[in-house]
Amino acid sequence: MELAATAPALVSQRTTPSRRPRSGGHRLPMVVKLAYRNLFHDRLSFFVTVVGILFSVVLVAVQSGIYLGSANKIATIIDAAPADLWVVPLGTKSYDDPSFLSGRERYMALSAPGVADSEDMVVSFARWRKPLGGETTVLLIGTSGDSPKALPPNIIEGSRPALEAPNTVAIDRSYFKDLGVDKLGDNAELNGSAVKLVAITKRVRSFTTLPFVFTSIDEARKLSGANQDQASYQRVTLLPSADIETVRKEIETRLPDTEVLTQAEFRTRSQDYWLKQTGAGAALDAGKLLGLIVGIVIVAQTLYSSTKDHINEFATLRALGAGAGYIVKVILIQAVLSGLIGYVLGMSLALVAIHFAQDTKLTIIMTAPLAAQLFAITIGMCIFAAVSAIIKVVRIDPAVVFSR
Amino acid sequence: MTEPSNSKVIVEAEGIVKVLGSAPNEIKVLKGIDLQLHTGELTLMMGPSGSGKTTLLSILGCILSPTQGKLTISGMKTQRMTKEELANLRRKHVGFVFQSYNLVPTLSAVENVMLALDLRDLSGPNAYDQAAEALEAVGLGHRINAMPSKMSGGEKQRVSIARALAGSPSVILADEPTAALDAKNGMAVMELLARVAQDTRRAVLAVTHDHRTLQYADRIITIDDGRIAGSDRPKISGNPVEAAAH
Ligand SMILES: Nc1ncnc2c1ncn2[C@@H]1O[C@H](COP(=O)(O)OP(=O)(O)OP(=O)(O)O)[C@@H](O)[C@H]1O
Ligand SMILES: [Mg+2]
Repeated sequence: MELAATAPALVSQRTTPSRRPRSGGHRLPMVVKLAYRNLFHDRLSFFVTVVGILFSVVLVAVQSGIYLGSANKIATIIDAAPADLWVVPLGTKSYDDPSFLSGRERYMALSAPGVADSEDMVVSFARWRKPLGGETTVLLIGTSGDSPKALPPNIIEGSRPALEAPNTVAIDRSYFKDLGVDKLGDNAELNGSAVKLVAITKRVRSFTTLPFVFTSIDEARKLSGANQDQASYQRVTLLPSADIETVRKEIETRLPDTEVLTQAEFRTRSQDYWLKQTGAGAALDAGKLLGLIVGIVIVAQTLYSSTKDHINEFATLRALGAGAGYIVKVILIQAVLSGLIGYVLGMSLALVAIHFAQDTKLTIIMTAPLAAQLFAITIGMCIFAAVSAIIKVVRIDPAVVFSR
Repeated sequence: MTEPSNSKVIVEAEGIVKVLGSAPNEIKVLKGIDLQLHTGELTLMMGPSGSGKTTLLSILGCILSPTQGKLTISGMKTQRMTKEELANLRRKHVGFVFQSYNLVPTLSAVENVMLALDLRDLSGPNAYDQAAEALEAVGLGHRINAMPSKMSGGEKQRVSIARALAGSPSVILADEPTAALDAKNGMAVMELLARVAQDTRRAVLAVTHDHRTLQYADRIITIDDGRIAGSDRPKISGNPVEAAAH
């Protein structure tokens, strides 16, 4: 290679604008280019990083999805029978922690200004006896059939009006095995009385192991031994013009032994009871935390060793005058890029898993806000994991560049 | 000893002392060095192994701080500067050429040069053209997209010189830039450095062990045991090159 012969005269770079056509592939900032080349340079370590993040994303996504799914499942009945205000016995922890109001609540609520209607709802434990023997506890739910908000929702066989006949019930098809019946017309015993299956629903499952059994309000009262007029809850509908807080105070002053909750409050109270007080939520949170820790450890480890592998380049950059900020930026971009790729792959896998869990007993839900939250968590996790690599890189002594 | 009248002093070191190592094993590597580097000159530095050449170069390039003494670069006093201020000074005023090239292996030739431009905040729309031009200037116009792993030692060293030139620093410091090259490539690289000094009016200081490269020097400094043992301007004094080397 004859340098002397081939090199043209040196010119100062400052003075000569060039006519060379711009090449399209060079628009990426150098710091980004350096980061992704470092990242893709060692394929194996990149693969490990992405698998670590993917694992973490799937774990956290599924745990969060189960949490959200559980919360929705707990609220199934409340959501299917919406009311502006719920009048509930004092101290009610959840919609499925039933007791009875005294019986005068419906009329007192109706007398409050701003109230359009108030409907009875009975929720009670009951003993179900299978036709071929064997007993199980169920949650009996009774609502008035003349209401547009009559339960159950999602009837796929039979009809709601059929429930108005005496001694009739409706159950979800997913409880066929638990309850020992599997078609319309099948008979069983509820609290000692014979009942007939006249309606079947789809995907109306309870969060607990107790199956739902739906019936009419009168049948529910009869089976649970309640008086005429007695109910577990009043579902109050307001006039369009009414102010919800004013009406709530009106009802509260009329009914001192009850609590008056909004739809959202009753939902949250039931969810908090099952997810927080029972420890079910804590178990899910522990799962999420585990996912995060695994992710952080793997990303931190691979990012640190990649930084060590490239330490001479970082020292050279520092010798050439790069500020600490510049090399920190390279590491952070590497972390965020890994996070992005891991998130996209992990989320895709989680969505596939959620799709296949749809018709199982496990309810997993993914929503756009949850996905966005998970994205922020993933990127945050990767940045946090970059700390050890950053500490390593800002401590580099550029003097090492000469001692090699 | 006369100095060329049209040159400016760009680096001025006065009474530089450097102690390396810690307490019981301290070594006084540099024992009071006075040195000036002029624009437009290639200064070659020679001396036995362990005499302190690399240490002096690191100090002149603000990579190490002297234990005692004053260093001024482009009129700026470096005492009391913080680590980041020194990095800033290196970035703006000093270009380095290393014995082992120290190119970023994951970046192509032109990207390595663009990286230096980016560090110097010169990554504007013309960065690619500027980098390609710097490579052309060192005779590598046909290899701008080559990766370091696919280049010969001589080619890599020329990329590293192009990188040092990018952004027009006023001083270029090279530690044994030809040591890893064969004789022919070594001579070519040294000639290139001489031309860099001459054509771009930069001060260039290179450490060398190879007597054959001395013919390109405007000035030869010998260093021994942490002190300057001799300084000569062969082209002006008319001394034969061989004389300066002994
Ligand atoms: N970090 C350090 N700590 C202690 N001593 C050091 C350190 N770096 C270098 N030295 C010592 O300082 C002296 C000068 O080293 P330096 O690298 O400057 O020599 P040099 O002239 O460049 O030698 P060579 O020609 O072999 O490259 C040597 O004796 C070396 O052992
Ligand atoms: Mg040395």
